[in-house]
Amino acid sequence: MKQHDASDFSGFDLPNLLNGLPHGVVLIDNEGRIVTANRIFEAFTGYASDDVRGIGCDFVLRANPDIKKTIFETTFTGQETLSLEGDIINVNRKKAFMRFFVSPLSNQNGTKIGYMVAVEDVTALKERDRQRPGASESKGILGHSPKMQEILDFVPILARTDTTLLVTGETGTGKDLLAEAIHHESKRASYPFIKVNCGALPETLLESELFGHVRGAYTGAHSDKPGMFRLAQGGTLFLTEIGDLPLALQVKLLTVLDDREFFPLGSSKKVQVDVRLITGTNRDLRQMVKDGTFREDLYYRLNVLRAHLPPLRERGDDAPLLLDHFVKLYAGNLGKNIKGFTSEASAELASYAYPGNVRELRNIVEYAVNVCPHEHIGPSHLPTYIQAATSSPPPLPLANRVLDTPRRVDEQSPPAPAAGDTIFAQGSTWTEIEKGQILGALMKTGGNRSLAALELGWGRSTLWRKIKRYGLE
Amino acid sequence: MKNVKILITIRDSDVAPRFDLTTEVLIVETDGNKATNKPRNILLPGPSADELCSLIIKEGVSLVICGGIEEAHYQYLVWKKITVIDKVIGPASEVLQRAMANELGSGAILRNSNREKRR
Repeated sequence: MKQHDASDFSGFDLPNLLNGLPHGVVLIDNEGRIVTANRIFEAFTGYASDDVRGIGCDFVLRANPDIKKTIFETTFTGQETLSLEGDIINVNRKKAFMRFFVSPLSNQNGTKIGYMVAVEDVTALKERDRQRPGASESKGILGHSPKMQEILDFVPILARTDTTLLVTGETGTGKDLLAEAIHHESKRASYPFIKVNCGALPETLLESELFGHVRGAYTGAHSDKPGMFRLAQGGTLFLTEIGDLPLALQVKLLTVLDDREFFPLGSSKKVQVDVRLITGTNRDLRQMVKDGTFREDLYYRLNVLRAHLPPLRERGDDAPLLLDHFVKLYAGNLGKNIKGFTSEASAELASYAYPGNVRELRNIVEYAVNVCPHEHIGPSHLPTYIQAATSSPPPLPLANRVLDTPRRVDEQSPPAPAAGDTIFAQGSTWTEIEKGQILGALMKTGGNRSLAALELGWGRSTLWRKIKRYGLE
Repeated sequence: MKNVKILITIRDSDVAPRFDLTTEVLIVETDGNKATNKPRNILLPGPSADELCSLIIKEGVSLVICGGIEEAHYQYLVWKKITVIDKVIGPASEVLQRAMANELGSGAILRNSNREKRR
């Protein structure tokens, strides 16, 4: 059977090839004048390809931004595909939202002869996004609370730029979802979104995973590996758990951010990349810088733009919204007719603190939907640790003392002990909460330490030790 | 013959590709066949279809020649009894000549060689 090579394709029918493509396509010369266009492009603009040959594509395409200007007056080097979003006024006098892809064209001698501009109509996608129930739902992120609304309003602004973004927030708050939502809103949406967990791999493997390697770079490197930076070319790379990135790789990452190029492992050839970097962490990078475990220069380089996701306990009425959402989701997946929670189960869930945030809430609902045989989920269908945690008075909000210091309860926090009559302002630390509980219990029992220990569910010696530690004597 | 005030949206010396992104217009008063006074170029403070519509009304323009225009603005001008010839491509001077000769239609493509193709 005859092997076909490139020369067999050299003289084939260009108009037919272009007409077979699913987007509007126009070929332009080095001056931005139209050489030929396919039928979809003709349908967008209302002009026949033959009629507009030799005319500047900007007059025919009627695009904003001006494609010709972008190609010839910006820093576009013409080496890679340029992706832009904008609109055109189409033949029906309608403003249609478009995604433009500009690729350089060279002849067989390597001389640049012009550009190919592909035009994809994304009006329907934009319209669907606009009409989505509750403008606050962005790519799977739910939330009506002011803090979440602030973040969601910020998404289009974060998507419009290529600047490095640091997403912070406790575990389970949705850092990955936010990064992905920003990618999908950006002009890079049609290129890959790649997520790499910096804490999941040992240093050598992580370097190879991120930057790739060439064959023979180390024992077992049997073939070239492109690495995530190269795979994300044109798109977004999300490095989660960036706080776990080893110091040696921090240097390499800093170089990539500065120069947009790097050497894959074992290679002497530099690789250039056009990737937007988003990083995420639940660790305090500033503190890590102080401790010497995170490079200060990299911290400032990553922290150009910052988005902080609030923990669920600071999101007001978002918990019921999320509960409802996940019940519908899992009930639908399992084909169950579950309509919601009984009032008792709702009360238990409302008083639970969700240290694991939305991820924990989702897992609780998944468990409950699996276990529940009825139409409404009751307290007995909830995981037992919730019943245990909520059977004693909840840590928030209790009685009559305000501790107005920043609060930080994370998943490492011990479960809420039986508490005295103390009220805690949002933002209290666990230490402050515990101090308040001890004081509340002592006030309730008239200063009797044995009764206070009983009230708190501790031994007398534990209470005595904590009183001493907190200086409450 | 009836006087006609023509407004052409321009970019450099050509008809601007988009009405809503126009930052300069050419206004010519004609007696139907030729200009009755010197054409005026007006630089707009910024691109705005609404502002441009206001200017057209204020100036008492009766014929607008432009590139792409959104249906809402097109219908508004038509409702104001202004003739709109849109989707025009070509040098403003030649477009003006064609308009005065009553030979210009929507979608007209004029080139410097005076070769016109009409869809």
